[in-house]
Amino acid sequence: MIQPRTLDVSELAPGGFGHRSILWWGTMGIMLIEGMAFAITIGAYFFLRTRSVYWPPPHVPPPDLRWGTINTLILLVSGIPNELAKKAAEKIDLQKVRLWLVVCIILGAAFNAVRWMEFAALNVRWDQYAYGSITWFLLGLHTTHIVTDFLDTGVLTVLMFTGPIEEKRFVDVSENSYYWYFVVLAWLPIYGVIYWAPRLL
Amino acid sequence: MNRAQLEKTWDDGRGWYCRLSAVNHKTIGKRYIVTAFGFFILGGLMAGLMRLQLAFPRNTIIGPDAYNQIFTMHGTTMMFLFAVPVMEAMGVYLVPLMVGARNICFPRLNAFSYWIYLFGGIFIWVSFLLNSGPDNGWFSYVPLAGPLYGLGRRADVWAQMITFTEVSAMAVAVEILCTSFKMRAPGMSLNRIPIFVWAMIVTSFMVLFAMPAIMIASTSLILDRLVNTHFFDARRGGDALLYQHLFWFFGHPEVYIIFIPGAAFVATIISTFSKRKIFGYMALVLSLVSTGFIGFGLWVHHMLATGIPELGASFFTAASIMIAIPSGTQVFCWIATLWNGDVSVKSPMLFVLGFFVIFIIGGLTGVMLASVPLDLQVHDTYFVVAHFHYVLIGGAVFPLFGALHYWFPKMTGHMLSERRAALSFWLLFIGFNLTFFPMHILGLHGMPRRVYTYPVETGWATLNLLASAGALFMVLGVGTFLINVWHSRRWGAVAGDNPWGAAGLEWATSSPPPHCNFFEPPTVAGRDPLWDNPPDQPVVVGLREDVRDVLITYVLDAEPDHREEFPTPSIWPLLTAITTAGLFVGSIYTPWAVPIGAIPVFITLTGWFWPTGPDDGGTQPWPVTQRTLPKPNEAPAPGGAA
Repeated sequence: MIQPRTLDVSELAPGGFGHRSILWWGTMGIMLIEGMAFAITIGAYFFLRTRSVYWPPPHVPPPDLRWGTINTLILLVSGIPNELAKKAAEKIDLQKVRLWLVVCIILGAAFNAVRWMEFAALNVRWDQYAYGSITWFLLGLHTTHIVTDFLDTGVLTVLMFTGPIEEKRFVDVSENSYYWYFVVLAWLPIYGVIYWAPRLL
Repeated sequence: MNRAQLEKTWDDGRGWYCRLSAVNHKTIGKRYIVTAFGFFILGGLMAGLMRLQLAFPRNTIIGPDAYNQIFTMHGTTMMFLFAVPVMEAMGVYLVPLMVGARNICFPRLNAFSYWIYLFGGIFIWVSFLLNSGPDNGWFSYVPLAGPLYGLGRRADVWAQMITFTEVSAMAVAVEILCTSFKMRAPGMSLNRIPIFVWAMIVTSFMVLFAMPAIMIASTSLILDRLVNTHFFDARRGGDALLYQHLFWFFGHPEVYIIFIPGAAFVATIISTFSKRKIFGYMALVLSLVSTGFIGFGLWVHHMLATGIPELGASFFTAASIMIAIPSGTQVFCWIATLWNGDVSVKSPMLFVLGFFVIFIIGGLTGVMLASVPLDLQVHDTYFVVAHFHYVLIGGAVFPLFGALHYWFPKMTGHMLSERRAALSFWLLFIGFNLTFFPMHILGLHGMPRRVYTYPVETGWATLNLLASAGALFMVLGVGTFLINVWHSRRWGAVAGDNPWGAAGLEWATSSPPPHCNFFEPPTVAGRDPLWDNPPDQPVVVGLREDVRDVLITYVLDAEPDHREEFPTPSIWPLLTAITTAGLFVGSIYTPWAVPIGAIPVFITLTGWFWPTGPDDGGTQPWPVTQRTLPKPNEAPAPGGAA
């Protein structure tokens, strides 16, 4: 009988960053689902827009710009520690990972807090008009993302302090940063729709 | 290589705790298939009740309210609890075997997806038994399902069941994509991926793009009902048509999510039983991919009767006719494969031939329905019912039965009885045509869908009685199949590794496969590995045997990239599914269930994620030469299939 040849993989590293890791692909899949959810909700927003003569309805001022704009800035700034945490993770530098994750968490707490102000400044309730319903839905959908991103980054940060620390945890930090970017970048079109569409359209 | 050690490492264990913690894709896949079949039988019983009621004019066995719930449960169960889950279940079982992997990617997520699917199914069926079954049809249109007309909890139950099943379907889609992208055997470049795996890739992408739409539809429906939003309330600027758009943006791709795996079953079975490579591999794959794209451009043809602008109607008519091109390409490739193949008509092949007849008739009525005037004429009649049963049962259920006959030996190690298989095929085939062909004529005669009875003066009685008689044949056909399965899994002839002489990697291992799937992970030298591989084709060695070590490969050419340690069994996916189910069900009764229910969900998710110790699912001594992980742009490791 002919013996099969062999392909020895024992020397390969037990993990990889970026698109090499299965976690990266899983995260991309989740982003695709949620990006689609955002896109469809924005589509629904403009569909409902075509069904009304006045948008926002008469006597409803558009959402106040202040808190939404502040939050946009906080979200964008949070990209900096996020990038630094990712870079540190790829160098397997535990001290810097800890530092930048903590900074991320602080900014995360800040934009979650400001989000409360945003809801209060929408100038419409969800049960007043279809305009109010879709505006709350869009803001609510993004809020579920910043809340979960804040919480899961929080758990990861605690883990990086308490251990058990293994090399693959640094892959988790790196993948978590991709998701953080997604949540930040997804906000920009939503910010435009919620705050500017009622003014410009 | 120590086989005993390897099996011990990959064994999920016995006993009830181990069963609840199991993460092996074969275990979960079989559970999925059996559960989906359980729902298939329940949905079929509902169909039987409807045929019983409609067998005679002015029948009074079932009242209108019960009838509404019954047809809604039939459609909902068949679409959400049977068709999509069973196709994904086949993927969960087969894709890792076909690409030569030891488990599915994200095995714990896989376990979670099964539990959440099971809980969703139980939830809607228990509600139905408590007289809270949804009664607005499987698409639950507003305003009928909205707060004004949809009384009680019925529409809420439907909407939350959607959430359960979609979460499960999207999780499986991500697992299958990652498995087929990153865990293929070395040498299995993109142009060597088995057709069925390609089909599951396309299906999974469609799930990712389509399912968010239905989740948004069902969520906004439930918000309208529970917290007084006005998405679909025309008095406050909402629009019922928005619901239809959201629903069918999911609902039409859904048809292809069911059909594409079915088409791949057909291609695989035809290739094996013609004893030749599939004709036009590239054309078939491109057809599947383009079906995936065009499938998203058809949804409005479900809404042609709603008075949408004519230009829109024309566009969607054109797209609906265009989808016949990739479908036709596939049919011609199948015929070409059969043409000068050495065809043997075994039971899987019988179902494929039945599929040809039924699906082509369904496709023809589909092209007819794409034309606006005809659609307006027969909209909401039994003609449509006949059409989509020809497409769905022809395009998905017959190939599925073929696939179950084909892979049953792999799953159980025993052959199904050919004699019983032929009997069940003929009962199903004759019964199906007897049931659904008359419905074309009933529809053209004007019989509307979803009526619980009809007067004798309509003249519909004979054809309805014929259809009901056909349903009886189908019941017998499914019954024969179940007896065959029950009997053969114990007493059927022993199958051996490759009873059909097939080419796929799943036939390179024992039947049923060991816990680790392959003692020596294979590499491949062609599209049909068992036919193409030379006798000394390399096998993968050097994976650790004391932990669940798997090989991760590159996306395009499947060269070895790195190793990854896979998770062990865990009870957390089940606990997370329980807390998630609590949140979903609670949210029907009070919005506060969402923030409060999120707390146990967070706790269980954290428990799931938290490593129990550096050695469990954890670290291993790293080779000194490679202290750091490879970066994305570093060159691949040397190696790869010869």
